Order: sequence, then C-alpha cells, then structure tokens
Amino acid sequence: MPDHPLRGAAAIVGVADQADASGQIPGTVPQIEARMIREALADAGLTLADVDGVAINNPVGWAASLELAERLGITPRWTDTTQTGGSSFEIHVQHAAAAIALGLAEVVVVVYAATPRSDFKRGTGGWGSRANTAGVTPNMEWEFPHGLRLPMGAYALAASRHMHEFGTTSEQLAEIAVQTREWATMNPRARLQDPITVDDVLASPMEASPLHKLDCCLVTDGAGAVVLTSMERARDLARPPVAVLGAGVGHTHSMISQMPDLTTTGGAISGRDAFAIAGLGPTDVDVVELYDSFTITVLLALEDLGFCPKGEGGPFVADGPLRPGGALPANTNGGGLAYTHPGQYGMFLLVEAVRQLRGEGGPRQVPGAEVAVAHGSGGVLSAMATVVLGTEATL
Amino acid sequence: MAAERPRPERFSPPQSDAGAPFWEASRDRRLTLPWCTDCDAPHWYPRGFCPTCLSDAIEWRDAEPEGTVHAVSVQPKPNHPGLADRAPYAVVLVDLVDGVRMMLQCSSAGDPGAIAVGDAVRVGWEALPDGRHLPTAEVTGR
Ligand SMILES: [Zn+2]
Repeated sequence: MPDHPLRGAAAIVGVADQADASGQIPGTVPQIEARMIREALADAGLTLADVDGVAINNPVGWAASLELAERLGITPRWTDTTQTGGSSFEIHVQHAAAAIALGLAEVVVVVYAATPRSDFKRGTGGWGSRANTAGVTPNMEWEFPHGLRLPMGAYALAASRHMHEFGTTSEQLAEIAVQTREWATMNPRARLQDPITVDDVLASPMEASPLHKLDCCLVTDGAGAVVLTSMERARDLARPPVAVLGAGVGHTHSMISQMPDLTTTGGAISGRDAFAIAGLGPTDVDVVELYDSFTITVLLALEDLGFCPKGEGGPFVADGPLRPGGALPANTNGGGLAYTHPGQYGMFLLVEAVRQLRGEGGPRQVPGAEVAVAHGSGGVLSAMATVVLGTEATL
Repeated sequence: MAAERPRPERFSPPQSDAGAPFWEASRDRRLTLPWCTDCDAPHWYPRGFCPTCLSDAIEWRDAEPEGTVHAVSVQPKPNHPGLADRAPYAVVLVDLVDGVRMMLQCSSAGDPGAIAVGDAVRVGWEALPDGRHLPTAEVTGR
C-alpha cells in the first residue's frame, strides 16, 4: 500500500514551552505568546520572516489569528483558529501538515498561552470569566441548572459508567495519578514534584464522585509553541526533524449528557485514522503523551487508541506500564496532573513528544524513543485529536 | 453590625424558543418531549428540529416520567451558590423509558452516595420562582 500523502510531509522543527513550579509565569498573554514563538523559532533556526502560516485557538479578542499576526507584524497566507478546547493544537498540527503537504504554507507557528492562576490571584476572573456565556445556550438551559460541577462532574459521570460496565475501581484510576507523579519528580518545572501513593489519591477530598482531588489536573499558568515546515526544508534546520506521521480527529458531543457512549470517546476515530495514515499501530509506540485532565481521561484514551481492549484499562494501568521504565511510558513531563494545566493542555503533549523523539528528555528520557503519540482531548471528553510523530528513522 | 447577606437564589434556567413548550408544560408538572413526526421518535434536548433527519415537524407529547440511572456523580460542592445549602447532592443521567437521556438532579432524601447506576427513578418537579418547574429525579427502587 502506498504511503498516505500526509505521512512524513511535514515535520515539527521547533518547540518551546513555559511553566513554573510556582504555577505562575510572568507577562501578559500577548507577551508570553511572543516569547514562545521567539523561542520556538530560535529552536528551529528560523526567524519570524520565514513564517507564512499561523494557528491559534486562544479567543483573547474577536479573531485570534488576525490579532496575533498583527501583533507579530507578519502577513500570513495560511490561517487557522480552530477551537476545540484542549485538543485544538493537535488539530492545528493536522491542518498545518495538510497545508504544508499541499504547498499552501511553508512555515507554520502554533501558539498557546494562558494565565488562569495569575488571573485568579489578581481577582480578574480565572475560570469564572471564561465560563461566562451570553444568551440561551443548551448548557445553561438543560445542564447547568441541575448542579453538575464542570469540568470534573462530566468526567465523573463517565467514570461512574465505566465502573458500572467494566468493574473499574478508584484504586485503578489512582494508579494513573501515581505513575504520572513519578515522572513529575524528574521535572524541576513541575508544579507538583513529591511522589504520591494510591492511598494519597483516595484520601484526597472528593471533587465529584468518584473523582478525588488527585484525580484532577492542576490550574496553572502555562504556554507553548511549535513550528512546522516541510520535511524537505526540515532537514536543513537546526534540530533533528520530528515527522508528522499521521493525524486524526474525532468529536462526539459538546455537553456530557449528549455523549453517545460514556465509555467510548472520539479517540476511537482519531486514533484509528492517525495510526492508519502513519502505517503504524499501538505496539509501535515508544512513548505516549495523553491528555490527562483527569485520570479517567487517560484510561479512556488508552482503550480508545488500542493500547488495551475496551474495558480493560483498569487492570492495564494497575500493572504500572505508564511509569518510568514501564512498558508504555506516558506523560513523561508529569502531565496535566502534576506538570502544568492552563486550561487547554494539548500544546504540552506536542512539545514533550518532540523533546522525547529528539533525545532531549534529560533524566526523563525514554531510551531509544522513535515513535510518539500526542493525544489531545477538548471540552468534556468531547473532541479528540491524535498525532503520531516519529524520528527521521521512521520515514 | 454586619449587613445581612441576601440568600443566593437558585439558578433559574433561561428559556429558549425551542424549549418553551417544555417549560410551559412544566408549569403543570407535566413531562413532555419533542417528537419528530417524520421519524416518529422523541429527542432530547429540544433544538427546534430533529437531530436524526433535520425535519422541523416537531410535536410535543406527554412522556412517561420513569427511567433508570445511567450514570451518577455526587457533588460535594455546588456549581452555583444557590445550591449551597443542599450539597452534597447527586446529579444523574437518566435514561427515560421513552428512549431519551436527560441530566437531572436527584431530589430523593437520604444518602446521595447510595444512588447507583441502574436505580429506577421517577421524574419529579422543583418549583422555580416564575411558576415553571425544574425536572428532578426521585429514586424509586434499586
Ligand atoms: Zn426526524
């Protein structure tokens, strides 16, 4: 079978991210975005003058990519403001790789910055300002009045159903937080760096049953950027190129009450498509970066992407595969559970996957990593997007 | 002397045009569902057209106020100050016998933590200040 035209057409050539153990980072969102782009371009050995495409999801103003390009003083010929929450960046990579493959753009920057922790401390909003919605939305009419805390309550309903159908336990979910924290102990920028036990997770306050506080992601400031170009051009740049081998998207609902099946996400679609384009399968993957807004998010991703059969995520994670030295190293920076989570975590999945494939993981490097998966989730298990990445050896 | 803080009101849902017939029937504590007469099937939530065939031949019919808990989560903290005095409470997704799934708050007395997937529920009604009623779920058996 001939290669899919997307496979290996584009590469990620520059990355940057910023987070701090304090949970806060300095600067305004536009300043931080500019800093991330500067660093990611420098990482690639490119300059702003090379950039002809921008992708951004952050709705700071009325049209995010117009305002970004104006601030940067550039005139792109390709633009993307896809907003699916935390999976936006994986979708940006899919769109950018396709655009690059077709010659619609040559150098694309994808950027993200958010400061919910600082905003909250300044009393200027944090989550509240973001949650504001004008007019009559289906959520305000049919879900919000019933008192479900979001986002954790929506994930809790999915966990409740998974437990009912498959016998999954709180201890098994806690294992995900425990193994992710082991990685965070090796990341000096991680917000939470002390190891934890299953008992610690179960003893932490209940946020929305069956999810405890330590089943839930952080609220921190954070930012990042990635730069993509054609594989051909990538070979002449500063760092080893990381090829986009495949990408897929699948979204199933917006409100949790509309999720067709609470135990199967759009990852079953996005993962299937991404692996098919890559010509690879789950057993080929050396390291996974899985959106971990909550422990149940990881469990569902492992099943939907095919790392274990549907319903067997609980026993699968209980064996400890996700930890350093495990059979399926996952969330090697400490993830949204322990590293950083500014609200839309998907950018950090890409940055960490690229660093692992370049061998830049330092103490948390997965030896010999050639294939990585970055799997984003947006909304309340609503929008999934999977990117399969590989070293040049995988082409 | 500290000023007495007014008790926060329970959040009153806005009413969309598509949802208006539901809220009107709720004034009489009557559960109704939008049916597509082309598909001869109900759907939830109301959006003014059928999400299966996109027909706008929608008719509102009385529905069976019975169902089963599909998923449950107990909220130790409220999502709105107006619910503070009733936390912890359970929020459930209910599969109604007519075949639609609805999010409801459980109004049954007793330990919300005891509510389980598979429990039988009946739709009840909580009065809203404007005369409408909000549907709730009362556990009737397990
Ligand atoms: Zn229809």
